[in-house]
Amino acid sequence: MTRISVRVDGASYDDDVEPRTLLVHYLREQLGKVGTVVGCDTSNCGACTVHLDGEAVKSCTVLAVQADGGEVTTIEGVAGNGQLHPMQKAFHELHGLQCGYCTPGMIMASLDLVKENPDPSEDEVREGIEGNLCRCTGYQNIVRAVQQAAAEMRGGAAGNGHVSPAEVDTAAAPHVVGQA
Amino acid sequence: MTAVEERTGTPAPEKEIGKARRRKEDARLITGRTTWTDNMVLPGMLHLAVVRSPVAHARITSVDVSAVREAPGVIAVFTGRDLAEEQGSLPCAWPVTPEMVNPGHPSIAVDQVNHVGEAVAVIVARSKTAAQDAVELADIDYEPLPVVLDMEKAVEDGADLVHDHLESNTSYHFVFDAGEMGTGSDTEQAFADADVVVSRRLIQQRLIPAFMEPRSVVVQPQGDNYTMWSATQVPHILRVMAAMVTGIPEHKLRVVAPDVGGGFGGKLQVNPEEILCLLIARRLGKPVKWTETRSESLMTAHHGRDQIQYVDVAADREGNLKGLRVRLLADMGAYLRLITPGVPALGAFMYPGIYKFPAYRFECDGVFTNKVPTDAYRGAGRPEATFAIERIMDELAVELGMDPLELRRKNWIQASEFPFTTVAGLAYDSGDYESATQQALELLGYDELRAEQQRRRESGDRVQLGIGISTFTEMCGLAPSRVLGSLSFGAGGWEHAAIRMLPTGKVEVVTGSTPHGQGHETAWSQLVADSLGVPFEDVEVLHGDTAISSRGLDTYGSRSLVVGGSAVVKAADKVIAKARKIAAHLLEASEDDLEFEGGKFSVRGTPGTGLGIQEIALAVFAAHNYPEGIEPSIDAEATFDPENFSFPHGTHLCAMEVDTETGFVKIRKYACVDDVGTIVNPLIVEGQVHGGLAQGIAQALYEEAVYDADGNLTTGTFVDYLVPSAADLPHFDTGNTVHSAPGNPIGAKGVGEAGCIASTPAVVNAALDAVRHLGVADIRMPLTPERVWRAIHQGGDGGDRATAGSNAYGGAQTETTAGVSTDASSLGGDR
Repeated sequence: MTRISVRVDGASYDDDVEPRTLLVHYLREQLGKVGTVVGCDTSNCGACTVHLDGEAVKSCTVLAVQADGGEVTTIEGVAGNGQLHPMQKAFHELHGLQCGYCTPGMIMASLDLVKENPDPSEDEVREGIEGNLCRCTGYQNIVRAVQQAAAEMRGGAAGNGHVSPAEVDTAAAPHVVGQA
Repeated sequence: MTAVEERTGTPAPEKEIGKARRRKEDARLITGRTTWTDNMVLPGMLHLAVVRSPVAHARITSVDVSAVREAPGVIAVFTGRDLAEEQGSLPCAWPVTPEMVNPGHPSIAVDQVNHVGEAVAVIVARSKTAAQDAVELADIDYEPLPVVLDMEKAVEDGADLVHDHLESNTSYHFVFDAGEMGTGSDTEQAFADADVVVSRRLIQQRLIPAFMEPRSVVVQPQGDNYTMWSATQVPHILRVMAAMVTGIPEHKLRVVAPDVGGGFGGKLQVNPEEILCLLIARRLGKPVKWTETRSESLMTAHHGRDQIQYVDVAADREGNLKGLRVRLLADMGAYLRLITPGVPALGAFMYPGIYKFPAYRFECDGVFTNKVPTDAYRGAGRPEATFAIERIMDELAVELGMDPLELRRKNWIQASEFPFTTVAGLAYDSGDYESATQQALELLGYDELRAEQQRRRESGDRVQLGIGISTFTEMCGLAPSRVLGSLSFGAGGWEHAAIRMLPTGKVEVVTGSTPHGQGHETAWSQLVADSLGVPFEDVEVLHGDTAISSRGLDTYGSRSLVVGGSAVVKAADKVIAKARKIAAHLLEASEDDLEFEGGKFSVRGTPGTGLGIQEIALAVFAAHNYPEGIEPSIDAEATFDPENFSFPHGTHLCAMEVDTETGFVKIRKYACVDDVGTIVNPLIVEGQVHGGLAQGIAQALYEEAVYDADGNLTTGTFVDYLVPSAADLPHFDTGNTVHSAPGNPIGAKGVGEAGCIASTPAVVNAALDAVRHLGVADIRMPLTPERVWRAIHQGGDGGDRATAGSNAYGGAQTETTAGVSTDASSLGGDR
């Protein structure tokens, strides 16, 4: 076991982890951050994408011990103070998701893309998210969503760029069976 | 303005139906607050790992798991022999002929393995990693048996057998002959009399549904009751089948499908691991969980397609169709899973497409091989059929020297001819193929692209341009129970719904149709909001839990809105009828004098007064002033069983650039116009079309499950099995015509499979259209650069190991290709 200290979505954690524990398993199983999911075992699908020290990483390719002393943001830390991020809002408005399994990773990858390139063309978005697989949407609405969010973020929304979630229905799952 | 309004300029309608409502489901999915099955953690929960066969065909000579038992964290190990007595065969619910041979399918192999990945032992440990670590310690000896992979060889006399206790590798022989069935004339005569006969051997390569959420199952025993959470498309069917397999009484088994991350038919299954979890939870009295790795998923979850199609079409010189003959070899894999044999049989009725054939004969052999079984995959039987007819129509046009669109126009059913009974006996209810086609041509910019194509041909441009056409229909909304019965399907096609008015005026809707990304919570809310006149936000849709939704037949075959949505509308009608009785009592009026409009009952002639249905719900709860003889509730249940299938249709057009020097293909433009009947939510319809297009294009260009000569899946990870990324797919231009279906109260036809069915032939036809003048007559899917290059420069269909030869049916053909290939990953270098 190895002791690590990390900040995840703004909270500090000190934990013992096995040296071989992957960041995604630490997040899901030890911290209960089940918004980040596992889709493959070859780092191809991107479903587990989180931010480590501000950069998008596939958390199945990072050992938890490598995150020691680092700052991690997961999908659960993207909406600030009950406010959806423009990227989340755009995915919702433009139907950029269906089953939603790839969505957290897709949003995290898209945020990193827009940080690097605040005004991406359609082709640049397509190339920028090619490490994240979606089986439902055919990507077109995801591409639109990333471009809309980028425009909104360029528009200089004050502070952290968060917007009102007023138009987003906040109904919880009708069949929630308890999470980790 | 909604997104769709911004794009189309269409003003929002006042009714909920037709409105581009953003989805209720999204809130939890975009914030990471979803409940996937793998999120479940229960006190004392144990984890399963499966020891799987590394060989495709072998007798198990010894199983030594003593080292596994000693491994850290391991609680128990079960071999096939340990569980032999309590495991029944996994179900096959579609015996397409009375003579069909079903070898049975144990959840875990006992004496023999028949495909790579088959379970041979199950390890139960305190943690998932402990269970997985111990897998390596299992010591199992195998005595190899001959491996059967090639369908054409498998049906030859004297072929090696997959199941050596059977007489052959043929499970069933299914024939539909329109002449004998009385719906058409004699096919052999039609071919004998025809001026022109064109024949092709087409390969429907093996595909993997590749849902994004790996399969996962958790079973919690509570005394002799069991709750199973599973990432399944079919919780209701799973409950019935799991009860039958394990002997656990159905009323003591609750199945819950929480949020489910994709399905595409791939989760329309009763999985061995679901049964194993039940058996082991029963043995140990503890909750158990199994979640697959992606490699396990690709290797052991069922595959789709995998057919060889021999297609003959007969016509006169003017292009009038005279007859169609289809013979199939359909790969069942090693076992018959839930609907394995039914997939090709369902397709039998779709081969004539939208055309008026006077004669038609279909025959199919279901063939066993040492591969993972095939079963439902998006479209299930109908994409295969549409591919064959739309490919052969192009070949016939070439043979006749006709424009492929003109040939189609000459033979398709005219708008004035609906309803039209096809040679396959289906009654197509509505549509207008010409109008959808016209719109699609405009969306694509057809004439300009044809002119550019001509210029590129004349100048001998390295990059050639082709335009592919695919006009299609499909049988959707599965479906009339009596018809499914006549096709030997084990279940009906009805769907169930319940609506409960709550005291606060909120409305609970329970649906038997279980979504996995289709947006039922939103669309069903729109249906109920319009029917009951209540706000969209006041409706809550419950699904996917057999304790809440006691009856249902789940989600597949684009049946949800057509059948499940119709059940909801029918239940809403019953709610209104009950509320009307109570309103009449409270308003001291006759029921016949009451009008119901905008959620309000009012006495005729006095609009603006009266009682809202939500107010009545509270009055019913109090029941202080209540009509005699009426129960104090406004709840209703309804079941809808359609009279007929529904028949969406459309025209898809693909403009494709082919680099003749490298073989690389690039979709320049893709346009389609679909008629899915009444559109409840245009945002969802558009999204469903996009997703289907991606999967259909993926079959044409990227995806193939490939086995090596020993039966190992060589496309066993996402490195090798090429699910396309955003960078691999084009922008889609989509449109709709609307001819509402007459057979259900919504007028919906189904949309989930349209894109997947129509796009594959459009893309392949486009590539061929680009290079046909270079002497190319066929290219095998997926159109990898290597195959395209070979087809251009070496002839044939570009398929590897192409050899001339005869086949089981002996029919006319251009090439024969072995069912084993090795180059599916040649586009994979960039990921």
